[in-house]
This record gives sequence, C-alpha cells and structure tokens, in this order.
Amino acid sequence: MISLTIPIPKRPTHPTGIWNWLTTIDHKRIGILYGVTAFILFLTGGIEALYMRAQLATPEAEIVSPEVFNQLFTMHGTTMIFLAIMPMGTAFFNYIIPLQIGARDVAFPRLNAFSYWTFLAGAIMLKSSWFLGGAPNAGWFGYAPITGVPYNPGHGIDFWILSLQILGIASLAAAFNFVVTIINMRAPGMSLMRMPLFTWMTFVTSLLLILAFPVITVALIELMFDRFYGANFFVPAAGASPLLWQHLFWIFGHPEVYILILPAMGIISEIIPTFSKKPLFGYPVVVLSGVVIAFMGWMVWSHHMFTVGLGPVANSVFALTTMAIAVPTGVKIFSWMGTMWRGSIHFSTAMLFSVGFVALFIIGGLSGVMHSSAASDAQQQDTYFIVAHLHYVLFGGSIMALLAAVYYWFPKITGRLMSESIGKINFWLTFIAMNLTFFPMHFTGLDGMPRRIYTYGTEMGWDLWNAVASMGAFLLAASILVFMHNVVRSYRKGEISGSDPWDGRTLEWSISSPPPEYNFAEIPVVETRDPFWAQKRDSVATARVGGGSGEGEHDIHMPQPSYWPLVVSIGLLIGGYGLIYNVAVAVVGGAIALIAVYAWSFEPVNEPEEH
Amino acid sequence: MSLFRHHPTRLVRLVPLLLVFIVAGCYPDHPQSTFDSTGPVAQSQLNLFYWIFWAAVFVFVTVQSALLYICLKFRRKPGDPDPEQTHGHNKLEIIWTVLPVILLAIVAVPTVLTIFDNANSPDPDGMHVNVVAHQWWWEFNYPGEDVKTSNELHIPVDEVVNVSLETKDVIHSFWIPKIAGKVDMVPGNSNKMWIKGEEIGIFHGQCAEFCGESHANMRFQVIVESRADFDAWVASEREPAVIPVEPLAKAGLDLFEGDAQCWSCHKVEGSSRSRGTKGPNLTHLSGRQYLGAGIVENSQTNLRNWLTSPNDLKPGNIMYRDAAVYNDPDKALSDSDISALVAYLRSLK
Repeated sequence: MISLTIPIPKRPTHPTGIWNWLTTIDHKRIGILYGVTAFILFLTGGIEALYMRAQLATPEAEIVSPEVFNQLFTMHGTTMIFLAIMPMGTAFFNYIIPLQIGARDVAFPRLNAFSYWTFLAGAIMLKSSWFLGGAPNAGWFGYAPITGVPYNPGHGIDFWILSLQILGIASLAAAFNFVVTIINMRAPGMSLMRMPLFTWMTFVTSLLLILAFPVITVALIELMFDRFYGANFFVPAAGASPLLWQHLFWIFGHPEVYILILPAMGIISEIIPTFSKKPLFGYPVVVLSGVVIAFMGWMVWSHHMFTVGLGPVANSVFALTTMAIAVPTGVKIFSWMGTMWRGSIHFSTAMLFSVGFVALFIIGGLSGVMHSSAASDAQQQDTYFIVAHLHYVLFGGSIMALLAAVYYWFPKITGRLMSESIGKINFWLTFIAMNLTFFPMHFTGLDGMPRRIYTYGTEMGWDLWNAVASMGAFLLAASILVFMHNVVRSYRKGEISGSDPWDGRTLEWSISSPPPEYNFAEIPVVETRDPFWAQKRDSVATARVGGGSGEGEHDIHMPQPSYWPLVVSIGLLIGGYGLIYNVAVAVVGGAIALIAVYAWSFEPVNEPEEH
Repeated sequence: MSLFRHHPTRLVRLVPLLLVFIVAGCYPDHPQSTFDSTGPVAQSQLNLFYWIFWAAVFVFVTVQSALLYICLKFRRKPGDPDPEQTHGHNKLEIIWTVLPVILLAIVAVPTVLTIFDNANSPDPDGMHVNVVAHQWWWEFNYPGEDVKTSNELHIPVDEVVNVSLETKDVIHSFWIPKIAGKVDMVPGNSNKMWIKGEEIGIFHGQCAEFCGESHANMRFQVIVESRADFDAWVASEREPAVIPVEPLAKAGLDLFEGDAQCWSCHKVEGSSRSRGTKGPNLTHLSGRQYLGAGIVENSQTNLRNWLTSPNDLKPGNIMYRDAAVYNDPDKALSDSDISALVAYLRSLK
C-alpha cells in the first residue's frame, strides 16, 4: 500500500482570518457563509428579475433581446430556487438546529463544510455561464426537447445540467447531515415530540430532499448523455417521449416546492409563539400536517402537466390530490391564528413579517386551489396567473419567512439587535411592494398574457398592470436595500441584545449571543416542549438548560478544522468545467477530488496541546 | 396597522376599494381575456373559475378578517401578564380540518364533471382540423375539406370542430382564450380537443408553452364565420394560386421559383416548383389578415419589412437563419428583388 506513505498535512489551526473561514467546520460559521453567499445570489436573481420587469414595463420594449430575456427567466428561476431560497434555509438549519437541539455541532462537521463549498462551486458554475457564451435559456424546468442539441447547440444547457448536479451533491450531503444530526444529537430528554417546529420542518425537508434529488439527478444524467454522447432518452425522432422528462422533473419539482416552503413554515412556527407568549397551538397537529404535506407532495406532480394530454382520469385524480393538500395547509394557518388568539402579541419586525407571511400565504394558497381545478387551469396554466400564484407562495411565503428569521435570530448570531424602526419601514415597504408587483399578475394572467414572453402588443391591453408590476418590482428592490442597510448598520452599532431579547422559548436563547464555539458548556437536559420558557417560568422545576459559566471549557473537545472539504469542492468545480470544455481537465478535477477524499479520510487529529 | 388601531371601522371602507381593484382587473373586451368566452369549452372553464373564485373570496374574507381581528385585539399592552399557556383544542382542530374538506368537495365535484365534459367531443364525427405547430408558426389542415393553410384558422360558427394537435419540433400549446383553454402539442404524442365558436368574429390565440426564442411571436387568429362564408372560404382556398400577369409580380414569381429559392421551403398550390413544406403554405397569402404568425397586419409595407429583415419582426426565425438570401451576402435580395417578391406575394389572393 504505497498510498499509506503519502503524508497528509496536519489539521489547520487558524484562529482567525481568511484561512479560518476557508477551513472552518463550525456549524455557526458555515451557517453565516451560507447566509451571506445565498443573499448575494438572491441579489443576482433579483437583478435578473428587474431586467425582465424593465423589459415588460412597456409594450414592445427593446431593453433586452428575446434570447437574453429567455436566459434571464431561466436564470432567475434557477437562481432563486437553488441558489437563494434553499441555501438561505440551509443557513438557518446550520446555525440554529444544533442550538435548538442542544448539540455542540452537526453530526458530520467536515461534510457540512463540504456542502457549503460544493454549493458555492455549483453557484459559481451556473452564474459564470453569463460570461462564457450565454446562460441557459430553456426555463428552470428545462422541458425536452428544447434542451436538446438540435434546438440548443450552445453551452448554456450544459452549464445548467452540471451546476444542478453539483448543487444536488451539496444539498444531499447537507440533508443527510441534518437527518443524522436531528436523529442522533438531540439533548437528553428532547424526544421527537419535544423538538421545536423549526427543527421538525428541517427534518422533514431534509428527508424530502434525500428522496427528491435522486430523481432530478437521474433525469439530468439522461439529458447529459443525450447532449454529450448522443443518447436518445428525450429525442422524439428516436421514439422517446418528452413527457418522460416532465414526469421526472415534476416528481422532483413538486416536493422541491415543499422543500422551499416547509422551512419557512417552521420559522413562522417559532416566531409566532414567541411574540404571542403562547406555545404553538395544536403542536402535534402542526407537526403532523407538515409531515402530511411532505408525503402528499409526492402525489400531485401531474398538476404541473394538466394540459399535456394525460386524459380526464389522470387529470381528475391529480386535481383531487392537489385540492387535498389545502387541508393540512389550512390546519397550519388556523393553528398559527390559534396561537395568536388570546396571546399577548408584540409586533416586532420579525412578527410583522411572520403575520405578513400568513396573510400572503393565504392568497397563494387560494390561487393554488384555483388551478388545482384542472379544467379551469386550462385557462391559467402558463399564464401570469401562475406567476402571481408562485410568487405569493415563494416571495410572500418563503422570502417573507426568511426575512422574519433574520430579524428574529440576528441578535443570537451577532449579539446585536436589528433596528426596529428601520425594520418596520422594511416590512411595510416589502409588504406593499410585494402586492404591487405580484397582485396585478393575476389580472394580466386572466387577461390572457402567457408566461415567458419577452414582448407584447399594446392592442392586448396588458400595458397598465405590467407597468404597475414593474414599478412594484423596483419598489421591492428598494425594500431589500432598506433591509441591507439595516443589517449592516445593526451589525456595526446595533443595540446589544443579551442572550434572550425576545423572551424566547427554545434552547438557543439559553446561551450567550453570539454563542461560544462549543454552544453549550453543559449539555442541557430537556423535560418539556419549549424548555427554556419552562425553566424561566419555573413550571418544571427540574429543567436544567443554559449555557453555564464556561467552566470546564477546556475539557470540551470540538471537531477540528480541515482543508479537505474545500479541496474536494474545488475538484468538483474543475471537473464540471472540464466536462464542458475538455475531458482531460475533467479527469484532473476528478483526481483532485479523489485525492482530497483520501486525505480527508485519513486526516490526522491534532493533539489537544497544539491549540 | 397603527393607522387602524383606534378605528377598526375604517377597515370597512377598504372593502369597496378592494372590490373596485378586483373588478378593475377584468377586461372582457380585451382580445385574450378569459372573461368573455364565446364557446362552450371556455364558458364551462369560466363557470368553474367563478365557482371557485367566490369560494376563495369567502375563505379570503373570513380568514383575513379573523387574522386582522386577532392582530388588533390581542396586541400586547404594557404590564400585560403572560397569557394562559393553552396547547390546543381538539374540537376546534377537528372543525377546521373538516370544514375545508367540505368546501373542497364543493369545488371538486364540478371540477371533475367539467374535466370529463371538455375531454369528450359532443360530435366526434363532425368537422376535423389538424393543427401542426412549428417554431414559430401554425399549420392548419382540413382533411375533410382538402384545405391546407397557415396561421389563420377558419371555423364555422356554432359547429363542433374536432382538433388534433401535433408538433414538428418542440412542445407548443394551442390556446384561444375566448374559445377554449389550452392543450399542449407534444412531439410524438398527438393530442385532441374540441372547440366551438358561438359568435362570429376574429379571436386571438397564442402559443402558451415556452418554445424558444420567438415564443412571444407565435400567435394566430381564429376566424369564426357563418357556414356560408366558411364554405366560400373553403372553395377559394381549394383554388390553385393565380399565375400573375403583371410584369413586376411575374418577376417576383421567377425569383420565388428561382434564385431566391423560396420554393424549397414554401408551398404554392398549382406551382410545380414550389412544393416545400418547411415553411408556411403561401397559396392564398394575401387573403390573410396578419403576417408572421399573427404578429403584424398583412399590408404591403409590413410584407416588405418582413422580407427585408425578418429577424426584426420575429427574432430567431428559421427563414432568416437558414435561407441563403439572408445568410449569404452574395445572394442577398436587392431592393428591386424585394419589390418583385412583394408584388408576387400580394397577388396570391
């Protein structure tokens, strides 16, 4: 075994600086990396949207060419889903879950770092396509056969395929990590039905991800074979059915929708009880409805395909299953309202965003029921009515909840409060602009405006509401600037928050802000739901939670940093470019990744004295 | 929120405002509005929409008012004690699970009935039209009438027309908002639908599934006319093209069937040369109201612009991409060539 003689460098020991960030395996630092990266990518997706809204603000505008417009909506969708909302959720999973379950880190800290760097690699790969001959242009759904070489000879689709594969690796690694962490690393006494809702929804989301991503992986591999090696999976001329792609894509794609919304529901289920000073109403039912939504998410994919000609029986079945999902969703909404009922509600900015979520999600849910009715959907499918619906769910839902989460957990992460006065401006501006942007799309959709058109004639009568929507979009961008201002300002000179600014209920509020590297000096023992609340109100006398004094800190063995997760990800990135441009480069990239995996596996552990 | 804190009644004034806002969004007179249906398929879809819409309005008003009420009523006041830590209420939870189920059942029954109604043609032996989609235009073939045309669909009023939908390249979707909701055209997988126009007039349709660069420019018109007018149209369509006598048009014909190589992609009935099928059939081009798949009026100027720079009207179009007169500078059309071609094409009545 020659390989065993290869020396593997010692673990990195950089207490601060860039090397610390590059080699960190601390879940809190990785969470911050995820959050900052995903937010920057969220801005790029927003800029793509603004270009589209500028183009559509007036009829027959010529701000971007049709080809660029097609690239814009493809990149906007792909970016917001895979590079913004998902990783922003992952940022909070990373930072908050170990704190909520009373753990010192995730189960696989180096795998966690690998997830982040691989996510970054996928993001770089996808976004770089803008500068390397053109971004993908077939929509985030990439329907065959328009993704085939005959209709799409450039490299855009190749970038889309390979970056999604790389992002899939990152997401799967993260999902496995969270499932194992949540199952195995809960503090003593924290049974499943004592877990905070956010932890529960992270758990459900991770399971969904583990089951959904392999489907898109297979579909993408098949498409890659079609494009790179002349296979015929989706080539109609060779007898293939392009509907295979649609089925595979939406069997992944619909659970993906719940991957985007369930974490948001988890966030809301933390914030609303905290600021109502009441436990979550109907906790077991809220957990169960989350699980039911995730399960039923597998039975509704064909509602994305109501017009492809599956026949009346299939359309009826999928219409009914889709409608049925409204039931557990409704239960969640009623439970949030039940939590607020007779509560003592404090409208902090985080709470405003959470109530805003509920109000907007109701609208998105109702329009969802409208197009679950397959026959009526024949008029709505592929129109702006759908665009309105999905933005009420993903912006009014996911993004509002993520903004709420920032306002809620910012003091835990930085030790400083965000400005509430700027926060209120931020919320109302976002809320108004959001409705101004997306509500008129219901009108243009029912007025017959298809999605994904780069131009329209004035005789169609769509001018007014498109202009309004575009104004709204720029106002929405302004509200995001207000948010950024608040984050930067509060990070520098926000009011010191202390460990528990909101009178919190869950374990993360029992330790200092920001938490020490090891989170809990003493692992807490949990004897009830909302353990920290119980301890503060002393309703369970024996509850022992809290960060302790840091005594015995020297006995806490924390996982050590590592170079190798980053190196594996670099290998994957090089391999991705290599597959597009030059197979030899791909081999080099693969070799780098393999060597790094080897070094990772046999990486030594530094002696404690070396600290 | 603070605006209404002390005057919840002010909220009531917002209700008419909201209704005005909603009503302002419906424009039955717009060309592709789904609110002024003129066919039974679109009408059934609209009825279903209204049914669900009013159910949704009911839920919206009830739930949002409750939410607003809770927000106003249970605001924290200084010195408030902790509220009672209630964990749930079984009866309530059962009620708000069962109520939506009932509401959904009310929506589900007409949904399923309409799905089946619209799937089965009431007159399967009636008239047939085969629609074939191309990037980015439409071919309309009438097997019973022995007529082949492009981009303008003529149908007789009050008659069931059975439509079969195919595509020659990528996925498209056939949609005439005022007559029927959309059905996709999937390669290798012919779809069927039926339509009926109950009002004489010109109705607009558009491709609804993203199909590439000029997806936005893939439109068409449906001309619903009396049976007599339809028969007259069929008779004129079945006539071969008139061979022009006017010298300029004659020169255009020579170009069309000669150096410009239009014949290799376009069909003109009656010509032994122009038998191409890659592009639209042009036999009766000047009888059509629009050019370029429903995007501009069929006028001399627009036809000239189209021939001069087709890519400006329809970016990415295949004629501009593949025809030698556009991609080979040595073979480019001169102004006089274009004048001749325009004269010829205008003669194709």
